[in-house]
Amino acid sequence: MWPAVVLGSVGCYLLKLAGYLAPRHWLERPRVQRVTALIPVAMLAALVVVQTFSTGQSLTVDARAAGVAAGFVALLLRAHFIVVVVVAGAVAALLRAAGWGA
Amino acid sequence: MTETRDRRRITVDALAIGAGTGAYGISFGALAVTNGFSPWQTQVLSLGMFTGASQFATVAILGGGGTLIAAVATALLLGLRNGLYAVSLAGPLAPRGWQRAGLAQLTIDESTAMAVAHSEDPDPGAMRYAFGATGLSVFVLWNVGTLVGALAAGAIGDPRMYGLDAAAAAAFLALLWPRLGHREARVVALVAALVTLVLIPVVSPGVPVLASALVAVGAGLWRGRGATS
Repeated sequence: MWPAVVLGSVGCYLLKLAGYLAPRHWLERPRVQRVTALIPVAMLAALVVVQTFSTGQSLTVDARAAGVAAGFVALLLRAHFIVVVVVAGAVAALLRAAGWGA
Repeated sequence: MTETRDRRRITVDALAIGAGTGAYGISFGALAVTNGFSPWQTQVLSLGMFTGASQFATVAILGGGGTLIAAVATALLLGLRNGLYAVSLAGPLAPRGWQRAGLAQLTIDESTAMAVAHSEDPDPGAMRYAFGATGLSVFVLWNVGTLVGALAAGAIGDPRMYGLDAAAAAAFLALLWPRLGHREARVVALVAALVTLVLIPVVSPGVPVLASALVAVGAGLWRGRGATS
């Protein structure tokens, strides 16, 4: 774990610092801006899928999917993100306690 | 008079944003520890990496059996946007010398959004103040939240019993949500999700998330071709 913690932390800090030191004209090109804005969108969508449906390399639909669906409804109702996280966890926990989708 | 009142309002907003992310930090701390990170490693992520999406991704990918390279590469790609925020803030905030080193660490979604929101204020120092107050408030409360979550998680048994795996998935969805304002972003998110579903059974853990970044690169360059010509 430590190598990932240290390398990731140093790297993420240097990315922030580089923005204050970089020549502005290069990073202000519209294509660079657009790609940089879309990368988190694509990767967060991928992380939602991985964390909801994958167990190692297999795809499963279990209590997690029901939890995330409940979180989705909370987002539609404009809930604060901590509410979304708690609702998703609670729904999954209750379903498992009831013996479904373990 | 109005200047002090405006500053006070910015301070209150900054503390409210900090409190919200602090609560979120509790879930990060708990998830990291239940994914096999020690409380120390968890705290170093919040102090050093200090950018939520990259932290959650590091924990999810290593916890899910992904490699070191996949975890670090994903964290860096997700952290790339902070560098771009810094580029647009470098002019108006005009940090000098070592100030840059401190401001850099506080350059995240929340502080940037508050700085932009106050960039047109009559008070010329408002933007700088909004950035600093929000950045510091989030930094302190995110780290306090992380500590609380990491210590509390040590006391519970199977994280799945509390639905923490579903909570982690919802956390990514909640981070994604505010970025879906444009139709292009919604299309990219959908395509990335489908690509990930297809890749999960055929490549090793961690790789599908990295591959999804290519969807963003493809979409950005493809649309850029039309816009610049």
